Amino acid sequence: MSTLLLRATGITKTFAGVRALHAASFDLEPWEVHALVGENGAGKSTLIRIITGAETPDAGLLQVEGRVVTDHRPKVSKSLGIAAIYQQPALFPDLSVAENIALALETGGLVARHEGTWRKVDWRARNQRARELLEQVGAAIDPDRPASSLSLPEQQLVEISKAIGAKARILIMDEPTASLTESEVERLFRLIAAFRAEGRGIVYISHRLEEIFSIADRITVLRDGETVGTQYKNQITKEEVIRQMAGRELSAAFPKPRVPVGEIALEVRRLSNKRAGLSHISLHVRCGEILGLAGLLGAGRTELAETIFGLTPADSGEVLVRGKPVRIASPSQAIGYGIGYVPEDRRRHGVVIEMPIASNVSLASLRAVAPAGLIDRKAERELALRYMGQLRIRAESVQSSAGTLSGGNQQKVALARWLATGPAVLILNEPAQGVDVASKQEIHKLMVDLAGRGMAIVMISSELPEIIAMSDRIVVMRAGRIRGELSNHVSNQETTPEKILSLALGHE
Amino acid sequence: MAFAAPSFFTLANQRDVLMANMPVLIAALGMTLIVLTGQIDISIGSQFAICSVAAGLAAKSGLPLPAVALAVLLSGALLGAINGALVAWARIPSIVVTLAAMVALRDALRWATQGAWVQELPRSFQWLGLTLSAFQMVTAGIAAILFAGAAWGLRNMPAGRAVYAVGSNENTARLAGIDAARVTFWAFTAAGALTACAALLNSARFNQIPSNAGLGMELRVIAAVVVGGTAIRGGRGTVVGTLLGVILLGAIGPALTFLGISAYWEKAIQGAIILMAVATEAWPSQARTWEDGLVRDYN
Repeated sequence: MSTLLLRATGITKTFAGVRALHAASFDLEPWEVHALVGENGAGKSTLIRIITGAETPDAGLLQVEGRVVTDHRPKVSKSLGIAAIYQQPALFPDLSVAENIALALETGGLVARHEGTWRKVDWRARNQRARELLEQVGAAIDPDRPASSLSLPEQQLVEISKAIGAKARILIMDEPTASLTESEVERLFRLIAAFRAEGRGIVYISHRLEEIFSIADRITVLRDGETVGTQYKNQITKEEVIRQMAGRELSAAFPKPRVPVGEIALEVRRLSNKRAGLSHISLHVRCGEILGLAGLLGAGRTELAETIFGLTPADSGEVLVRGKPVRIASPSQAIGYGIGYVPEDRRRHGVVIEMPIASNVSLASLRAVAPAGLIDRKAERELALRYMGQLRIRAESVQSSAGTLSGGNQQKVALARWLATGPAVLILNEPAQGVDVASKQEIHKLMVDLAGRGMAIVMISSELPEIIAMSDRIVVMRAGRIRGELSNHVSNQETTPEKILSLALGHE
Repeated sequence: MAFAAPSFFTLANQRDVLMANMPVLIAALGMTLIVLTGQIDISIGSQFAICSVAAGLAAKSGLPLPAVALAVLLSGALLGAINGALVAWARIPSIVVTLAAMVALRDALRWATQGAWVQELPRSFQWLGLTLSAFQMVTAGIAAILFAGAAWGLRNMPAGRAVYAVGSNENTARLAGIDAARVTFWAFTAAGALTACAALLNSARFNQIPSNAGLGMELRVIAAVVVGGTAIRGGRGTVVGTLLGVILLGAIGPALTFLGISAYWEKAIQGAIILMAVATEAWPSQARTWEDGLVRDYN
């Protein structure tokens, strides 16, 4: 065996009295993909932050290729060949792809100092370099495009190019597939395999166990800041990993909804919205039903939800709530008709991180907690407490600001806000994206409960197993149109991931 | 300070400092609303000037006092509403809109008045026809009511909650059914009316109204809001902080006089305080963005 690329032993870190890591250990070999798993709050991000030099550990030893790291700074970590690619790519939106790549290679003292800060930029060389790197990762992206025009998967490829360009031997990928469609995931996996074949080590963080078992060589489970164990993939089962993560028995499968279906709660007929790229959308969802909305990224699912919700009103078509035609031109009207929408990207759209949980929960139902035009703080508190209990939101109090919560708990706060409006129809956009396994199961169970009580649910999801397991019916979109509908009864075996994918991709 | 010049802390002196700053406080209440929604209005000095001159002209025309007050408040609200509409619905950045408004309003006023001051105000206008001390009481009373109303409304009314929500995260606020554009529009309009109120009370203190009233006022007011701890990017802050900001900045000048230090230092000290306020705001918020990476992990 060659020297370890990375070895962290006994790493301990405490933030304001909260123990994030306690004597955690982790190592990485060359020619290896090593998965790091754990619930949100297990300490994965803190460990990564220490490895990348963003944090200094309180105790413990960090070695890179046998050398002990004493200087914990991002610059040092970068020069040691460590690069991290985060869930949310951190590109400069107004700079071009080439500039973004160049900045990553030139700043941080790697080049800038001796080449001079004031020298003229060699644009041709920059573009050339960017083009080469993008080619290396198999991305057909024009280096002149501004980063803001890139889709999320494209941004990720640029991030990877940056890492390759910086000659990183240790690549850390934090939830890289969270926003990718299946084909994009496959492409990423081929890339990861290629990096491994070149002798690099990849630390792979994900909540998706299927992915981990398909790509990782070894798996390390973190729980409550401690390393529970490291095993080779073939020596452990998914159930065992989940058990280790949770510290308790959990069924790996999604709960399967079995609810009687009632009248049509929401129907749209030939809905078009030119600006959002939607044309002639017709669909309906019944009370007690979970309708899955499948499709690739950019198929128009989010746009459809936003159109129905009045955020980007439709140009033509009909919307019927309980059989009655309505016109929805703003979210407040949609709320008035009993429609709720839990958006994707909870940090940007879901929660107000500065606000306490209580204000976040009551935000869409201020009228209910302010019957006489004044906010009744006691009622607001009780409302929040009720949902904190019901959704098992883990926080110190209803006054804790939403920004201090973990992803899963933030998502539950966003959900609570919409449940507080008492909706008849709830549209959920990627409800379980990027949340830990336990929160995900709780969210799924909640959806089943809500449907059981007669709520009509529309679920947008990019995760095929999730959409197949949860939905009564699945509607597949592609390029702003509905391409097919699959019924999904237990008795019916017609719904397969392949079938959904072929509709979504358009070669059935 | 307390040792160097104990008389600085006498009641009479405190009252003088407070009285001189009442107009600033009232205008700063409006600015707090605007800054909380994540916007800024640098044209309020010009609005103040127009409202002051309007108050004088209305008073000279012989209108009864309530009518003068109403006219001035409406003209302030209108000026604020124009800015607000351009920011909220035309979606032009507020710094651009109000920079243009600052220059345009100021020059329009200069053109209209030809630089002449409004003089020979009717006796019934000065001190609003009251005695000096009664007028001061009324001014303080109005300021207190507006202050309490703003503090209470921001805390207890859905509209106040909407102001914070829009300033913190406009996306989320819109999805929650809050009409962010309307909130922004009304914040500017209310601020315009408050500025007009400040102008009215200020004009009544003197027997003539300069056509260049309120020059540099936007700086004092924005500084008070920022020193009072309101986040310049919106969503965080209180009017109580703004009150403290007004008092702190307003006390510097008189304090220097009492200490026998040249008044030229006033601006320098003001600047230093503002810098400190902004820096202390920037530090925790930077810590927060660092935390962003952590929060997912150490709940």
